[in-house]
Amino acid sequence: MSKISLRVNGRLQTVDFDPTTPLLYVLGDELGLRGPKFGCGMAQCGACTVILRGRAVRSCVTPVNAVGQDEVTTLEGLGTPEKPHPIQQAFINEGAAQCGFCLSGVILTAKVLLDEKPKASDQEIRKALADVLCRCFAHVRMLRAIRTYADTRNV
Amino acid sequence: MSVTRRDFLKSSGALIVSFSAISLIEPFAVAQGPFATHPSHVDPAKLDSWIAVAADGTVTAYTGKCDFGQGMFTAQTQLVAEELCVPINRVKLIQCDTSVTPDQGTTSGSQSTPTNFDSANLAQASATAREALLVMASKHLGEAADQLTVADGVITGKTGRRVTYAELIGSNRFNIPLNTTARRRSPAQWTVLGKPVPSLDRAALMTGQFEFVHNVRVPGMLHGRVVRPPEVGATVASVDESSVAQIPGFVKVVVRNNFVGVVAEKQWQAVQAAGQLRIRWSPGTGLPAQKTFYDSLRKQPSRDVLIVNSNDVEQKLAAAGTVVRATYAYPHQMHGSVGASCAVADVKPDRATVWSATQSVYPTRSIVAKLLGLPLEGVRVIYVRGSGCYGLNGADAVSFDAALLSHAVGRPVRVQLSRQDEMAWENFGSACVIEQRAGIDHNGTIVAWDCETWVASRGGGPGYDHPGNVITGVLAGYAPEPITPRAAAEPTGELRNGNNAVPSYLVGCISGKCGGGGTVRSERVLSHTVLSPFFTGPLRSPVRLQNTFAHECFMDELSAQVKADPVAFRLQHLRETRIIDVLKSAADAARWEKRPSPIPNLARTGTVSGRGIACVAYEGDNGYSALVAEVDVDQASGRVRPSRFTIALDCGPISNPDGLRNQIEGGILQGMSRALVEEVTWDDKQVTSKDWATYDSLYLGFEIPTIDVILMNPTGVSATGAGETAITVVAAAIGNAIFDATGARLREAPFTAERVKAALQVNG
Repeated sequence: MSKISLRVNGRLQTVDFDPTTPLLYVLGDELGLRGPKFGCGMAQCGACTVILRGRAVRSCVTPVNAVGQDEVTTLEGLGTPEKPHPIQQAFINEGAAQCGFCLSGVILTAKVLLDEKPKASDQEIRKALADVLCRCFAHVRMLRAIRTYADTRNV
Repeated sequence: MSVTRRDFLKSSGALIVSFSAISLIEPFAVAQGPFATHPSHVDPAKLDSWIAVAADGTVTAYTGKCDFGQGMFTAQTQLVAEELCVPINRVKLIQCDTSVTPDQGTTSGSQSTPTNFDSANLAQASATAREALLVMASKHLGEAADQLTVADGVITGKTGRRVTYAELIGSNRFNIPLNTTARRRSPAQWTVLGKPVPSLDRAALMTGQFEFVHNVRVPGMLHGRVVRPPEVGATVASVDESSVAQIPGFVKVVVRNNFVGVVAEKQWQAVQAAGQLRIRWSPGTGLPAQKTFYDSLRKQPSRDVLIVNSNDVEQKLAAAGTVVRATYAYPHQMHGSVGASCAVADVKPDRATVWSATQSVYPTRSIVAKLLGLPLEGVRVIYVRGSGCYGLNGADAVSFDAALLSHAVGRPVRVQLSRQDEMAWENFGSACVIEQRAGIDHNGTIVAWDCETWVASRGGGPGYDHPGNVITGVLAGYAPEPITPRAAAEPTGELRNGNNAVPSYLVGCISGKCGGGGTVRSERVLSHTVLSPFFTGPLRSPVRLQNTFAHECFMDELSAQVKADPVAFRLQHLRETRIIDVLKSAADAARWEKRPSPIPNLARTGTVSGRGIACVAYEGDNGYSALVAEVDVDQASGRVRPSRFTIALDCGPISNPDGLRNQIEGGILQGMSRALVEEVTWDDKQVTSKDWATYDSLYLGFEIPTIDVILMNPTGVSATGAGETAITVVAAAIGNAIFDATGARLREAPFTAERVKAALQVNG
């Protein structure tokens, strides 16, 4: 165990942890965050996705000691129910979920892509989401929400 | 808060309650949190079990049907708001908590809408409450009840005098039974129900605030993991606790019969302990070769049911001008929830609380009580939503895991399954073999249809009494419910087509009463339930999807045999108007070109396109759908890409058209994934499809076909389920479209590129 400082959603927090622990467990168990979720523990599905250094990262396979002082953003770090981020608002407008367990992977992966490539084509969006899994298959609404968000932010 | 005795539980309507009475129970957890609002009202015959009005006029409703993401929370909230004439934000819905909600069995089988949205249970309770309030207002205002109007929880008389619900009842109880003659508000009057109310969980979900069972944290909580056997049937020879004792935070290794789990202070420590624990397992019992699995199913002893039998099928087949035969096969598939299942249990010496994503809080309570040797009234199961389940995923098993581990350590334990725990040991959807024979006369009319099915099964939902129906129970020493071989008796009573074993085109006559949807009079449907080597359980449209795949593809084969248009040929053999209506609507919307399949002048190379149709009366009478699939088939690779789906769906009066569309879109795409790529695999010892690298699913990168939805929305009929009606017809419609495009008939799902190529070669 060792004391580790983490910057998560704009706050610096110190946790006492085995430094090899995957980031996901620290976020969920120590910091009480609900956004990133355990899906597979093998980086196969995306449910545990967070944003780190501008990239969508699978927190289930990222040791907490690899994070350093870099900011970690989870789904709840983007916006709140009262003041959602525009991409979250687009998902709200479309009702783009069923169970909603996969949303960290879907929303954060799409956001990272569109931050990097604001004019991404539908094909590029699909490619970026090619390793994100939604087993309720809310694909139609999710991709519509991402398209709407991309189009509005480019205006 | 006063606690009265737990009411007498009864079975009512669709409820299935396997015990008849519970007496003088003191609920132990009534002081807890938001669930303490209305304890001990569980008699479904009493209005207070369903509806409470608070002093501020808000309405609390209690339901035993829960939301997994299918929209049942929002729809039921709309229902209560509609019947009680209050704004939706004044309704608070409490779902599935054994200490406060009525026992409505299991939330499954597209039964929540028929159960709670027609003329019983929650709908009837809500209507009863409104009428009771009107009677109270009539007395209060001195005006006749039929002269009163009600809106926004305020009742107004002809004179303009007003009284609020809060003034009439405050936080008192109604103390009346459900009124069986209470009138529902008609769809023409609806202002909340029937409207596309945005799902109430959206903002919390999209911003990561929603509490899933995975997020439940209890003070003093430890973390557990289970260690499942390495092979099917392997048993524990010895467990070496010292192999993990040095892991920091390690608490305990728990062994009960062949159940093994570890508990640690932190989750990562439990994960490591589960991985490092040295266990000597006896060899497993072995598995049948997958290659010959379908043949082996047919050779097993079986429990047989004759669903219809006109006793003249063999003669009619012998006399028919043409007899067509085909055998269809459908694999074991997975629920494959994105989230590995999770539960939290807090077991004390005399009681237990379990936070669970089970579809069945009362049955789960019963099983936990059995496993722990606790009295039923000592166990409380609280539903907290998990990852979408689509049926019996690992939610029940992990609830039992958590209970066993917490029991062993005397502290609350959260158990999160690993991906492999989930996928290797969940209750898969049944594999099926379906053998079809039909006779056609010289006019191109079907004169006889014989169908024989083999359904591979083991265990299932644990219900109130069978822990061994899922993996945890078996490991802890309970057997699954046996499949006792039995010959079929002649069918009696009403036609029971809950599994869609009877094709829509048969008359379905038993002793002169004909409950089928079609015109074919010579009919026999015989089902064999056989033992699967794997646990099975309900998976979205259980067995109905498999049967519909076989019936609707075979109907297409018959159409092709007589060179008839597949829609016209179906219509020729149907008399159930609601199937006819969806069939015509889907065909019209898809601009169906009237011609036989396959398409004329088949191209033998390159990418070709085709269309296929399939329809169903789900569970015989619980919703109707027809789907046109348009697909492209790359004949070089065998890859199938659906380009467009057009569906017409009739579920009676619609509760929430937006929620319904969401279910239909998801159902079609999930059906597409199951039709094209999903299949459980195994070697001679164990399941080998244990993660997303070894079990295929369509990801978000898949090119999504256009989906056109036609909602029939008839009134004057009962509301039916709608969560499974769309998925049921997808594999058949795609299979028929592949045939239309290529002339190759796929009789085994999924239609992988390899299988499509093989079928093209046979055909070519």
